[in-house]
Amino acid sequence: MSDEVESLDGFRERARVFIRASLRPVTRRTVASALRANRTDEEELADVAREREVQRMMFDAGLAGICVPREYGGQGLTPAHQRVLNAELRGYEYPTRAQVPTFTPCLAVLLEFGSEAQRRRHVPAILKGEELWMQFLSEPSCGSDVAGALTSAVRDGDEWVLNGSKVWTTGAWWSDWGLCLARTNWDVSKHSGLTVFMFPIKSPGIEVRRIEMLNGSKEFCQEFLTDLRIPDSYRIGGVDTGWTVGSRWMFHERMSRNSPLVTMPEGTTRAGGAGATMHAIARAAGRLADPGARELIGEAQTLQLVGEALRRRIGQGITTRTMSDQSSAIGRLFVGLAETRRATIAFELAGSAGATWIDDDGDLAEWGIDFLMRQAMCIGGGTTEMAANVISERVLGMPREATPDRDLPFRDVPRSRTAPG
Amino acid sequence: MLLELSSEQEFFRDTTARFLDDNAQVAELRRLRDDPAGFGRNYWRRGAELGWTSLLVSERDGGVAISSSGLVDLTLIAHEFGRHAAPGPLVSTNVVAGALSAAGADQDLIAGLLDGSSIGTWCFSEGAPHDGLDDIAFDIAVEGDELVLNGVKRPVESASEASQLLVTGRTGGGLTQVIVPAAAKGISLRPMRGVDLTMRFSVVRFDDVRVPVASVLGRVGEAAADVERQLQHALVLLNAEAVGAMQRAFEMTVEWAFDRYSFGRPLASYQALKHRFAHMATWLQASHAISDEAARAVAERTPDAAELVSAAKAYIGEYGAELLQECVQLHGGIGVTFEHDLHLFLRRVTLARALFGTPAEHRRRLADLVAQKEVPS
Repeated sequence: MSDEVESLDGFRERARVFIRASLRPVTRRTVASALRANRTDEEELADVAREREVQRMMFDAGLAGICVPREYGGQGLTPAHQRVLNAELRGYEYPTRAQVPTFTPCLAVLLEFGSEAQRRRHVPAILKGEELWMQFLSEPSCGSDVAGALTSAVRDGDEWVLNGSKVWTTGAWWSDWGLCLARTNWDVSKHSGLTVFMFPIKSPGIEVRRIEMLNGSKEFCQEFLTDLRIPDSYRIGGVDTGWTVGSRWMFHERMSRNSPLVTMPEGTTRAGGAGATMHAIARAAGRLADPGARELIGEAQTLQLVGEALRRRIGQGITTRTMSDQSSAIGRLFVGLAETRRATIAFELAGSAGATWIDDDGDLAEWGIDFLMRQAMCIGGGTTEMAANVISERVLGMPREATPDRDLPFRDVPRSRTAPG
Repeated sequence: MLLELSSEQEFFRDTTARFLDDNAQVAELRRLRDDPAGFGRNYWRRGAELGWTSLLVSERDGGVAISSSGLVDLTLIAHEFGRHAAPGPLVSTNVVAGALSAAGADQDLIAGLLDGSSIGTWCFSEGAPHDGLDDIAFDIAVEGDELVLNGVKRPVESASEASQLLVTGRTGGGLTQVIVPAAAKGISLRPMRGVDLTMRFSVVRFDDVRVPVASVLGRVGEAAADVERQLQHALVLLNAEAVGAMQRAFEMTVEWAFDRYSFGRPLASYQALKHRFAHMATWLQASHAISDEAARAVAERTPDAAELVSAAKAYIGEYGAELLQECVQLHGGIGVTFEHDLHLFLRRVTLARALFGTPAEHRRRLADLVAQKEVPS
């Protein structure tokens, strides 16, 4: 292969030919809402299998891992190429579930901190759709305070023995590998005694329990690690230096769709264009001529277009170093507030059929369920309150909140009175 | 403002920034409060020399662009206007210069606008009940080889300083645009009061104003696309200016939060206030992002330009004003005094919110644009 970077036009043509010949167009119905529990397990597993297949097809077509170096199976191209791919994928299926958390933060963490052997083994497997990764990060005892992890890892010769519980892993029941933050030293301060590990999820010693959400979804899981034994070769980064990895991990998580590692077709963010979805609801309700309804449709579309523009700006800013890495929190805060507002708008437009419906109600039905789940958009992936802390403290440089746990040995840090879960 | 500027664009922006640092200081803005024109003609001529009026004009007519898009370049000037709450009819003069050049109008008319010796303004909006964005009731009738204009336009920027009026009206079912000398018989002005210290507006009344058919830009009754283009230009500039004012007010308020102590701590140390700053920072970045994206789309005439520019106006109109009001709240009582400079930017953003369609109007416009894309199922 030559060292010359493929031209954007040539790349676009190649992507377009592959996409039109091999991928299925998406209908709006299938992307109407990410918050609905409307799939059976069999359908979910079939979707996962199809996504692995699509990922493999993209790998074979030279379209997987656009910004991943060639030595790990990627294309070694630029964020501009990724943007071209995103544009060309508009309206087509793509491996949704593989993007977050597999490509970011997990793949990003592997590329940044994994050993050469770890990268060579796992990065190509991810690009081929053979490995879907999950984050074993949050714990029942600490939500956004992830550095307060209580899951312990104790060294035993060439092995580590892990015990504890992780929670809020999406789809751990159909995933392959986990990236895990664990405590390896309780006698030093909170951030100084952590280490990062990886392991296959289907290991003896890991019990995956599915959590039923209030909308009936069972995608989220909680895992119980009981004397899980893993080799030292599964450790990522140095012992007790896990927070160095962890803070970058957090960054890559906040990058989410802004990450150049993530494939995200344009215009197919949730609901296939908020304006179009709201239009469909208002039409079903016979409210298209109502100026109030038109204003709500326009507001949803405004948030959609502004959100896309902001995502591109932050992505560009971080890539070109004109913005700090921490600016990704701005995108996170915007998305949380915009999505919650959109859920409210949809519910408002749907009227009473949003709360009580029959099958014949079509586009009017079920929006109340999304409304019930609304705050998930401001909680998952780090709460909007955490994002607001990061923006004020790390972007604007305002004084940090008092952290009484910083200078104590972790075993002496006060904890919640009753550990939930 | 654009995240990355070419060195030519940066030089261009910086030249205007330094000129405004010297010539649009707050003391000067305060002095202009009682000036009927709101800006000095010499100031405007010097600004024109820096390129303020030449970016929407074709090269053939003497225009100059810094990059491949004069409109995008002009947003840099508009941004600096906002940052300084600078005086001068930037939006209207550029819209008129651009429209004249696009229509292949007399180069002498354009030359005066280019060198700053004359001012042009756009008579577009009308008063209630015809103050809706797309509502043009103004009558332009054809009588032989003359056009007869009847109606009232308001608000018209810097009308008392303008020598040329670009008038948008209705001829039967279609829109017509004519360029009219401000001194024409039958035109009367009534100065308006307003929220901004230096921006001046008038009610302009046309009673049987007669101009030759040669004054028409484009064709009689077929100006809708040109009007839309002018509206998009005006919105892009107004948005960029508002974002500049937001940026400056935000910086002032962040600085205040670090310097101002209460109960022995800086304001910046209170989490309740830090979170409000985080939200403001998000509104500000989002406003930069959509403003620039809309400018690029309008410049490149992409199919989604109308949607993006309305989304930008809806968002910046709403959150720009909210950001400024938050800045006032975080300053406390000093924030509502004339002595403090914050109101200079609050005024500018408040004006921008109301001109060329309120946020609510642009949201409805967006709903209509969405509807046009949707095929009924």
